[in-house]
Amino acid sequence: MARSLMEGNEAIARGAVAAGCRFFAGYPITPATTIYNNMLNLLPPLGGIVLQGEDEIASIGFCLGASMAGMKVMTATSGPGISLYSEHISFAIGSEIPIVIIDVQRLGPSTGSATRGADGDINFLRWGNSGGMPVIVLAPVDIKDCIRLTMHAFNLAEKFRCPVFIASNKEIAMTRESIDVDALDLPDQIERCSPPAGKPYFPFQVTEGQHVPGFLPIGGKVLVRQTSSTHGQNGYITTDHGEIARILNRLQFKLESAIDQFSFYDLLPAQGSDTLIIAYGVTARAAKAVYKEFNQHGVPISLLILKTLWPIPANTIRKAVRKMKRVLVLEMNLGQYVHEIERLLPDISLDFYGQMNGQLITPAKIKERLAIG
Amino acid sequence: MDSLLNDQRPPVFCPGCSHERITHTLDKALQKMGRGGNQVVIVSDIGCSGLFDTFFHTHAFHGLHGRALTYATGLKMAQPDLTVVVTMGDGGQGIGGAHLLAACRRNLNLTLLILNNFNFGMTGGQFSATTPTAAQVGSGFLNQLERPLNICQVARSAGAPYVACYSAFQQDLADKIQRAIEFEGFSVIDIWGVCPGRYSKKNRLTPKLIDEALSEVPCQEGIVSENVRHEYSQHYQKLAKDQKPASPPLHIETTCDPPQPDRQEVLLLGSAGQRIITAGEIMCLAGLSAGLHTTQKNEYNITVLRGPSISEMILSPEEIDFTGIDDPSVIVALSQEGVERRKELFAHLDTGTTVIQVDGVQLPSTRARVRAMDLKSWGIRKNNWALAALGVLAKMNLVINLDMLKSALKVRFTGKNLEESLLLVDQIKISL
Ligand code: SF4
Repeated sequence: MARSLMEGNEAIARGAVAAGCRFFAGYPITPATTIYNNMLNLLPPLGGIVLQGEDEIASIGFCLGASMAGMKVMTATSGPGISLYSEHISFAIGSEIPIVIIDVQRLGPSTGSATRGADGDINFLRWGNSGGMPVIVLAPVDIKDCIRLTMHAFNLAEKFRCPVFIASNKEIAMTRESIDVDALDLPDQIERCSPPAGKPYFPFQVTEGQHVPGFLPIGGKVLVRQTSSTHGQNGYITTDHGEIARILNRLQFKLESAIDQFSFYDLLPAQGSDTLIIAYGVTARAAKAVYKEFNQHGVPISLLILKTLWPIPANTIRKAVRKMKRVLVLEMNLGQYVHEIERLLPDISLDFYGQMNGQLITPAKIKERLAIG
Repeated sequence: MDSLLNDQRPPVFCPGCSHERITHTLDKALQKMGRGGNQVVIVSDIGCSGLFDTFFHTHAFHGLHGRALTYATGLKMAQPDLTVVVTMGDGGQGIGGAHLLAACRRNLNLTLLILNNFNFGMTGGQFSATTPTAAQVGSGFLNQLERPLNICQVARSAGAPYVACYSAFQQDLADKIQRAIEFEGFSVIDIWGVCPGRYSKKNRLTPKLIDEALSEVPCQEGIVSENVRHEYSQHYQKLAKDQKPASPPLHIETTCDPPQPDRQEVLLLGSAGQRIITAGEIMCLAGLSAGLHTTQKNEYNITVLRGPSISEMILSPEEIDFTGIDDPSVIVALSQEGVERRKELFAHLDTGTTVIQVDGVQLPSTRARVRAMDLKSWGIRKNNWALAALGVLAKMNLVINLDMLKSALKVRFTGKNLEESLLLVDQIKISL
């Protein structure tokens, strides 16, 4: 067996290239900069394009242009950059432009601490668009996920024509880790689907039974219209309330109805346990250490590690809490996702531990919390 | 060539609006160039000029306010053969100022038409970046306080190789637009027009007055010779071709056994400039050569050459879950500020931890086993102390051994650096 040493950001870059990404634009920001550095090493020799924008707004704007020209695109930033991306995230959602956005979270609010980890953007990623439409957010736990989930992110962006976020964390992004790359189980590449042949093209028309419009690139033979305005299926501004409602409902439905297809998670059950820990991101690693220790010592607790955070994987969560009396939710923030779980599970006694001080939640803290309950 | 105007959607501007005239003029220019609709994309901004794309039977991209140049950049880089025309008002030019400057500096082959009518028409005639201070606009007295921008001057100083300023009414405007589109590089045309819906209700502005005003603005027409240079996309392709393919991740074969069979946690506490992070990486590579799982977490200040630098490594035969360190086997104390950063740790340590104490570094009181190392007297330079400490550990068979270390050095270094590092390790003599 042969392992390699890599940091999470390099793994994301390599995953992106393996998924077919050939266009990257970014703006330097700790702790996401090394994704840009890695893309700059990887893409140009492959004929791909890497640009440094004059600001974050430009970086994601470049990506939206290139994506509409048919390329698989990615950008990467941290909290302050996500804030600037916001108007373009809304654009990508409303106008169905595939893009993968990496948020290497650092301690906020605002400028916060550039080199301290956090999971403080989890709700911001979901709700940081005007219109409040759903998005897909995947959260890696380790370097393997950085490769695997990034590849899934591209596939989902292409398949559903939407922005897909990777909610990384400084503690994964800039931590070097050993990895057996050859042993990874990686997904095949999925491409955008084309419209049905032989019919006039309407850029936002879906075929019967489908929920995602077929894609043709700007610059191809057939004329393509893209617009950030409220549009009908022909890509022109519309005031027809019926058509507006149909399109906006479809934007919500195409993701929320499909969540079970891409609810990634690890469920580590323990025989006879009535306590479940729910964690995501780097915190799941401390939870796993506790899970292993407790079960080795004959104290059964179960662990659910969520890797798809949005849309809410309701079935995954409900299934995991069956027979549980107590659920402990852990987050590297002061309580965000826990409220979603609360909403899903009104009858369960929910316990929460959140920490926002730039440090990892330790196994000791989790054990302390379990002992209190 | 046929008109590229969209016969289903005739222009809907206010009567007398210059935008309508420019719509037809742009169509004429594209016709003269013989462009088909699918060879052109109109990228439009927000405001009345944002309606432009809908009147053309071409590819169309209509996005957010001030950002049109950003989409145009992505489109052109991805489709270098596409003719990309960006239309934007004086409002979009103002809010997207950073993008205009960057586009001038970049020199990608785009054409920017700024439909300059000196106000925000659509929202009620507020002042823009080009509104004269004497004008009466929908922003009360505020425009009296801000000096209008000379777009051509700005574009020129930012490096645009093709800059011109015209009246929307001039007869040869189609030829002028054609020349700008045909220019191989970034071209900016500032087109002055009237907005009868808002601006010219209170501010008299006629074609003649525009001509007079234009004659007072120093703007040389067309190519700016000192800014002529490589077109960005072609230049990019040329430079990208010379980039060496990135190497795949290095696979490190298992060639030796680790000295300890269980999980080992190591802390390097030092300062920037001591190559702490590199030493940590080498320790991880050493772990890989013994078939171990490893992690390395670093902490350093944003300033590059000052402040503490700390590296935390775990080497373990099991998969590593938690990446933090709570029970270190080894702490290497390489600098005082490094030790200060983790001083609370020392009180909890017991004899299971070995602290390698470089001479001169004070330790908080601790029950850990302390081994002093006088690296200075061995003549080892400060930037090699972290590496030397790895040599010490290898010779003690603690966490790593010599085989592991040497194989890691061979992975990490080549040539002279490798020779020097191997020599450094050999130089270390410890009494067991
Ligand atoms: S408001 Fe002004 S710019 Fe807008 S369409 Fe009317 S005249 Fe033209």
